[in-house]
Amino acid sequence: MSHALAELLAEGPPTKEAIDRFASAHDIPLVDRDGVTFLYRGEAEQVFLRLFISGLPAAQPLERVVGSELWLLRFALPAESRFEYKFEVQRGGSTEWITDPLNPNCAADPFGANSVCQGFGYLPPEWTLPDEGARAGSFDEFALDARGLGRRAVRLYLPARLRRTRRYPLLVLHDGSDYVRYAQLKVVLDNLIHRLEIPPLIVALTDSPNRLNEYVGLDAHADFLVRELIPAVGARVPLDPDSSARGAMGASLGGVAALHAAWRHPGTFGRLLLQSGSFAFTDIGENKRGPVFEPVVRFVNAFRANPGRPAERIYVSCGIYESLIYENRSLVPLLTQNRIQVRYEEARDGHNWQNWRDRLRAGLTYLFPGPLWMVYE
Amino acid sequence: MAPTIARMRDYAVLGPQFHAPNLSSCLAALGIAGPLVAVTAGWQEREGEIEELREHVKLPVTDLQLYARAEQVYAADPALARAARERQERLQEMQDFYRMRLMALMGALAELDAQEGSSATLRRARRGALGDVRRLDRTHVAATRAEHDRFARDWRASPRAALEAHVEVLERAIAGARAILVAGGHVAVLLNRLRLFGFEALARGKPLIAWSAGAMALSDRVVLFHDRPPQGAAHAEILEPGLGLMPGIVALPHGHVRLALEDPQRVRQFARRFAPARCLVLEHGSSLRWHGGRLAAARDVRRLARSGQPVEYDT
Repeated sequence: MSHALAELLAEGPPTKEAIDRFASAHDIPLVDRDGVTFLYRGEAEQVFLRLFISGLPAAQPLERVVGSELWLLRFALPAESRFEYKFEVQRGGSTEWITDPLNPNCAADPFGANSVCQGFGYLPPEWTLPDEGARAGSFDEFALDARGLGRRAVRLYLPARLRRTRRYPLLVLHDGSDYVRYAQLKVVLDNLIHRLEIPPLIVALTDSPNRLNEYVGLDAHADFLVRELIPAVGARVPLDPDSSARGAMGASLGGVAALHAAWRHPGTFGRLLLQSGSFAFTDIGENKRGPVFEPVVRFVNAFRANPGRPAERIYVSCGIYESLIYENRSLVPLLTQNRIQVRYEEARDGHNWQNWRDRLRAGLTYLFPGPLWMVYE
Repeated sequence: MAPTIARMRDYAVLGPQFHAPNLSSCLAALGIAGPLVAVTAGWQEREGEIEELREHVKLPVTDLQLYARAEQVYAADPALARAARERQERLQEMQDFYRMRLMALMGALAELDAQEGSSATLRRARRGALGDVRRLDRTHVAATRAEHDRFARDWRASPRAALEAHVEVLERAIAGARAILVAGGHVAVLLNRLRLFGFEALARGKPLIAWSAGAMALSDRVVLFHDRPPQGAAHAEILEPGLGLMPGIVALPHGHVRLALEDPQRVRQFARRFAPARCLVLEHGSSLRWHGGRLAAARDVRRLARSGQPVEYDT
């Protein structure tokens, strides 16, 4: 227990006012070198910490300080961890999942928002913050009719100072809108390009209205990217035709879609950035992740049997607290055995957008190294 | 030994000019109020986009278009283009091998620096390790210089029509200018173009004002540096000799971003490795002016000192 919390409890059950004073004077949850303490204040029959860490129970009960409205839970947490959570509050026969009222730090995702716990030593990377000095890129939009998939809106990230006389690398991104909304993609691209850590590049941001069908190893989706999307982008902006200047990227099922497209069309994408890919497979027996994963397992099993060389260089990352850590770790030796240059990174984080945001610099600079050593403006 | 002309001409080194440029005040201090020519080849495809520069200095400025001219020369003289490409490939290979050797030597230096104690034996070993690095740097400078000399001997000894036509145009343009500005950008591209057109001869005694990569290209040795790159080792490395028109300095633009100035060990090592050259951190607002071969003024410039601290550099 932290010294401050021990002081709060030293004189018996704290009053409502004392708890509020304490909460406003400290960052909640309380984080120290060894662990984290969660606090909840309020009347309830039971309060659970709902967290998304593989290896820990999904629901952990907070313990009420007798005679008070204060609920506590403490557990050990390795330094530099970061994860997202909610409280489940049971009161008057109803159950409610809420973000932590005492913690203003929330992360948004397509399903809403979660509270964020930043372990000891974790700091959001400074390159994810807007830099007024960085020249801002822009977005351009167009739509095309994808064969077998329907009409698709595509957003292009165009780097600042785009020149028609120059040919640019292209990165095809799955769940592009979510990357912009939840992982600060545009800020990161602007900053890394400005700092010369990556070259000015074009990013084609795609979204799918039906990712559970299209991002699971669907041939039509891979064909759309290669035969329709890339030529359409190339008609709008000058692209470097070399495969080393062409990448595909995605997180979760988006990672599956990126790997599948590169595998189905070898020689197209020289670079792959795969974040927490849902690379479910079976060595023997049935898929236990549910019917959505049936096509994923079919593709990943086929890939594992015959990986070929989908790209020359691949960056793979995964959160240690994700259930997918086993699948991602298993992917790495398979890739390296096939003469693919691989950079693999793990972080003490979960399956979420801020984890993917925090790995963008390492991934992008590995795949598309910028002219940092040569350019001094 | 720097050429006499370099020691006698007026020249100035500035920090980055992207934000809050101080070029116009430097020109005023040098008493230059006439037309200027500019080298922006380091900007590559953005070469010649000097509207902001013109507005800032409020003087006529002509871009010498060295980047574009080089493309024209190579298109008109395929044999020269092929030879230049082959030279660049050899230089790249030399750089790769130099970097491999440098990694090993810098690793040894770091290990010795990490040893506790201050015995005479340890101090001697550290000096020796640093000496190994300096020797490798010298070897690399000599080897790359020889490569450039060989190219000049083989390919520039007799006139090459496409090239000479541009050189004549450049001579006329420079003759009508009061000073030459050399902007930053891609230092290897810039230096490559300066060499191709024989910039040392073209510049003659004209005052030179250079910033960022421009200052690096005109110094004795081009030192590439970044203490916190996102990938790879953070060892400063020498690219090749510069043109030596601004002798005795190692220009370090954006030093506060690129260098771990708060780390005395790194600062000390950097200063000692490149001594006796003065390693000068150049930020926005920095300026150094030489007049008649003597440093006449220094403003907002810090020198990496052997004490491990960046110290204010003045006359």
